[in-house]
Amino acid sequence: MRPRAYLYHYDITKDADMTRPVDFNRRGRLQHVDRVFKADITGIVELTEQEKLFQVRILDPVEREGFSFMPGQFVMVDVPGFGEIPISISSSPSLRGYMELCIRKAGLVTGVLHKVQRGARIGIRGPFGTYFPVERMKGHNVLLIAGGLGMAPLRSPLFYITENRPDYRDVQIMYGTRSPSQLLFSYQYDQWRRIDGVNLQIIVDHPDPAWKGDVGVITKLFDRIEVSPYDTFAIVCGPPVMFKFVCSHLNRLGVPMDRMYVSLERRMHCGMGKCCRCHVGSTYTCLDGPVFDYWTVMNLKEAI
Amino acid sequence: MLFKTLPKEELAVLVEMLLGSHEVIAPKRVGVNAKGKPIHHYLPVESVDEIDLTCEITEYSAKTYFLPYRETLSTYTFKEDGDDWTQEIRYRSLTRVILGLHACDINALLKLDKVLAREMFPSPYYIARRKNTLVIGMDHDPCEGAFCNALGTDTVTHGFDLFLTDLGDRYFVAISSDRGYTLLGKVKTAEVTERDSRDYIAERRRIAGLFKNHTDMRNLQNLLDIEFESKVWEKWGRKCLSCGSCAMVCPTCYCYGVTERMSMDFKTARKIKHLYSCNLVDFAQVAGGHNFRPTPETRLKYRYYHQHHGFIESYDEPKCVGCNRCGRACLAGIEPARVIGDLQREERV
Repeated sequence: MRPRAYLYHYDITKDADMTRPVDFNRRGRLQHVDRVFKADITGIVELTEQEKLFQVRILDPVEREGFSFMPGQFVMVDVPGFGEIPISISSSPSLRGYMELCIRKAGLVTGVLHKVQRGARIGIRGPFGTYFPVERMKGHNVLLIAGGLGMAPLRSPLFYITENRPDYRDVQIMYGTRSPSQLLFSYQYDQWRRIDGVNLQIIVDHPDPAWKGDVGVITKLFDRIEVSPYDTFAIVCGPPVMFKFVCSHLNRLGVPMDRMYVSLERRMHCGMGKCCRCHVGSTYTCLDGPVFDYWTVMNLKEAI
Repeated sequence: MLFKTLPKEELAVLVEMLLGSHEVIAPKRVGVNAKGKPIHHYLPVESVDEIDLTCEITEYSAKTYFLPYRETLSTYTFKEDGDDWTQEIRYRSLTRVILGLHACDINALLKLDKVLAREMFPSPYYIARRKNTLVIGMDHDPCEGAFCNALGTDTVTHGFDLFLTDLGDRYFVAISSDRGYTLLGKVKTAEVTERDSRDYIAERRRIAGLFKNHTDMRNLQNLLDIEFESKVWEKWGRKCLSCGSCAMVCPTCYCYGVTERMSMDFKTARKIKHLYSCNLVDFAQVAGGHNFRPTPETRLKYRYYHQHHGFIESYDEPKCVGCNRCGRACLAGIEPARVIGDLQREERV
């Protein structure tokens, strides 16, 4: 029999912070970071051939009550057995208990999601990341510029602004896609156009015969609008190439770079600044982003 | 901090005691390399004789005991009917002892603590392992090719429980935790005398004098920013095989990927975290196929940029501890000291 020296073991599950319900908004606290909120897909809307809008409802009433987000944040969607993906929330923050996620069919997990029926049970972690400074934008003109799938994260601040319409001045929405069949949320355009002080303009790159609107790239729309540079905030979402064109164009018009907000896209595996997959220079897209002001983006190597 | 001296034969008694109740990890000689030098690894040991404390450097760091290469984050069990499932999460709670951890490895743990144990989302998986591990450090002579002196990681002041310095017939022990102090109470120790302190200082000075490498780390952070388009990256990046060996042996590399595996009977699924490397080709590839770092140059550059620029911006210290394990493991012979040297004097390229 050997002599023994016991070391007391530490049981992390007994830690006071760990016994509290998970809340990802309460940062800096020790919690079950991998714990997912069980959620049901309560509705599926087919937007285009590639994209579907999923309405998701968190199952547990306590978790549902505790879940709140700001426009521009994202959640990690877990399909058990297949994988986890970061998806930005496209619904209104005031809609408590529900969220809408616009998902393009692009890989394994999204492929599975596109096959499932209403009622499928998924896991949600989040919300994560920074958000569009909708509070700071109050009392100013707002430019919302989206390209392609960029409409998905942009829909959330748009809802926020239209719901608090008196707080904001003129709202310009500019939306460009490759072809008319790729336009997202086309059923809502009429509704948006009817809101006082909201101007929606749509442009496509490759029109089909039925298309009667504008043709070209999104910067073409700028010639038609008046931007008062010292009074305008811009939110730009889209592919990285679009950022360069749109933001430098806006900068030429005199909009300060720290008043243009972009939402970056990166590969993510954790959403919590641990896995490094979304690392850009010295910033994590999941913690310090995905919403950055353009000045920060300009100072980050390899950002766009 | 408290100090004591421990007679050499008493360490064996202590280890024997720990072996009776816990898993003990220590440097173990596993073979010899092509040059006839012994190869060591941190491995679980069963008796005191297996431990080789004379080890210069282990090929792998001890990070695998804190960040395993594969770790199950959670398990999903599917219900028989319908789409419902339950999630189960488990954290390690078994106590473990690591003996003979070098100063660079302990410094690496301190850096990992900053990222994984604090920040916005502390990782319970890491904290559970870290708090359940007793660390007994060990001073040693400089390793070949290491540049820890340039980064100030050749000495360590906290982050361990006990830290031993060899003074010939006895160890000079620095005690940094209550756990370590209690443990030391079980064996014969002596209070530190004037002579012990003198010997300790002389020994530290001797070790400091043995460093041959003097890598210039001055202004490296700014330099990396300025030399972003430098030819140096092309030169070294062309050699890089994008194999990821450097990240596997690195004591501070913590990046990972998460995959989910369904069991063969479709009844359970596991979410598995596996350590990754920023040099692997799909590290920054996003849905739709766009790769933000498509070439070996950009990926290698990113690795250095994170270690010596990004990490400093976040935590005021480089992520690198200068152990040169990546240089030893690299199949293409990319040594960090030489890459940094090239950056410091651009005209040589």
